[in-house]
Amino acid sequence: MKEFKAVAVVVVAMAAVPLLGVSNVTLNFLIVALMIALAGQGWNVLGGYGGQYSFGHAAFFGTGAYVTAVLQVRYGVNAWIAFALGIAGGALVGAIVGGLTFRSGLRGSYFALVTLAFAEVLRILASVAPVTGAGVGTLVRLDLRPASLQFQSRAAFYWMILALVAIALIVTQRIERSRFGVWLVAVRENEDAAAALGVNATAIKLIAMMISGAITAAAGCFYVQYFLFIDSGLAYGTWISIEALLTPIIGGVGTVFGPLLGALVVRAMGEAAQLVTGGEAPGLDLVIYGCVLVLIIWFAPRGLMGGLTQLRSRLFRPAPAAKVGHG
Amino acid sequence: MLSPAILTAAIVNGLLTGAVYALIALGLTLVYGVLHIINFAHGALLTAAMFAAYFAYRALGIDPYFAVILLAPAFFGVGYALQRFVIGPASHGDDRNMLLVTLGLAVVIENALLFAFRADTRTVDLPYALDGIDLGFIFLPLPRLIGFVTVFAVTLALWLLMTATDTGRAIRAVAKEKLGAELAGIDVAHIYAVTFGLGTACVAIAACLLIPSYYVNPSAGNAFVLVAFTIVVLGGMGSVPGALIGGLVIGVVESLSSLFLGESLGQIGIFLLFIAVLLVRPRGLFGARA
Repeated sequence: MKEFKAVAVVVVAMAAVPLLGVSNVTLNFLIVALMIALAGQGWNVLGGYGGQYSFGHAAFFGTGAYVTAVLQVRYGVNAWIAFALGIAGGALVGAIVGGLTFRSGLRGSYFALVTLAFAEVLRILASVAPVTGAGVGTLVRLDLRPASLQFQSRAAFYWMILALVAIALIVTQRIERSRFGVWLVAVRENEDAAAALGVNATAIKLIAMMISGAITAAAGCFYVQYFLFIDSGLAYGTWISIEALLTPIIGGVGTVFGPLLGALVVRAMGEAAQLVTGGEAPGLDLVIYGCVLVLIIWFAPRGLMGGLTQLRSRLFRPAPAAKVGHG
Repeated sequence: MLSPAILTAAIVNGLLTGAVYALIALGLTLVYGVLHIINFAHGALLTAAMFAAYFAYRALGIDPYFAVILLAPAFFGVGYALQRFVIGPASHGDDRNMLLVTLGLAVVIENALLFAFRADTRTVDLPYALDGIDLGFIFLPLPRLIGFVTVFAVTLALWLLMTATDTGRAIRAVAKEKLGAELAGIDVAHIYAVTFGLGTACVAIAACLLIPSYYVNPSAGNAFVLVAFTIVVLGGMGSVPGALIGGLVIGVVESLSSLFLGESLGQIGIFLLFIAVLLVRPRGLFGARA
């Protein structure tokens, strides 16, 4: 279990936060940040390790959210089961979209465009279909019992999302150190070369997309349990597609802790913008996110994790011209 | 049953709208043909140009059709500068980074407009907005007729630029073989920026043509760009005739499907067509080679 030492340290340290008597506002901030981190962890599996940049991860987030909400509200399914099926739904959407696009060999710009279009189709469908509550949205009944996966205290929700993030961290670490992960990175670096060496690139990308979809869907499932409401704009809107790719890029694309670090930074910036303007500035937080996205790609293409690695190697190995390759 | 007159009217209207779609798609396909990336900031730039046309009319009293002469060069400059000083240096020559940077710019532009002008919807009321030519069986609104003619004039000008000038030759050289063009002494960064500028000038002209008969708000451009994506995919990425014909086809398809299916489903129809074309024939009908 040595390989999970870093994950264990981070998760245990974060789990102790509610015991320090922090305010509900702080806890709420951390819960939302962890939820965004989870969505970003999903994006990171496909985009970070596999190099397939999706611009429509809302398709997974929204599907997870709607499956969890609709199954509970309209079909009386238990919340835990609905939550699990929501995650499965994300994997299924990943399989469908991935199956269709990877088989026809869509890459790069095309892949970004198709994922964006799928998210948009789902948004339009969800805004007119009666089963999703159409334009009104779906409200989940308040029922604060663990059996309904709703909790009285913020701390319980916090530990729940932290546990989900921890699972995603372990999954990511497993992928990174597995043969599958090596294949995935090989596809990212040079798909044709990887295929020539016998890697089944289509199958590898498809599996990555299903894992990616499942993880991001889990964030959507959690959203519903926490906020008890979902509509088409929240579920399939651009905001979540942007945040899902922003967090790993800021934190460090293709690193285990990148999305978590990125989500905390992104959310802190968003909150700071709200504070400065008193919440009277629609769009300002997204202006900041967009600027940060461009600046990070420009000046720190390996994100904050990359910067940290660079700093550490400079501090502990002061050898002259310690070359750090750019990815 | 539908009378032939209604059907003809729908088709003619579709062609008139489709011409403006084609112009937006032209800008997109031009950038794709040379830089080999989709410019995800295209929609946000269209919105920005629509705001510019709106304020040119409201604050300065400049007629939108006259504003073309001012906004096209201005937005050429904006596009040139964006590519030369932001997108190019920021993406370190990596396509995936370029996509992300254009996406980032789209988010910034769209939300800066939201921040500045809120979500309010604005319209200009031209005195001649409702004028037109009555052909008996069909009424041709004047603003859209002017738009139709302008689009073809712009296309012709662009075609002349591409075939008869040194800049055009350089653009085509870079599109075909970047390294070879560079070795032949062509400044690729400059040509990239010129192309991006031309693409942005196209949306500026489209914005001037749209504003008399359409509204503007911070997300107004998005609807058009999703249509433009479809057109570009349908016509073949990077193909100029594909963008023109694709634009007219999509205009007619949209007009007919909203006649038969209603407004909201018409939009889904375009999307489904889009996804179907991408999956079945990603190179598009006019199959420009990647």
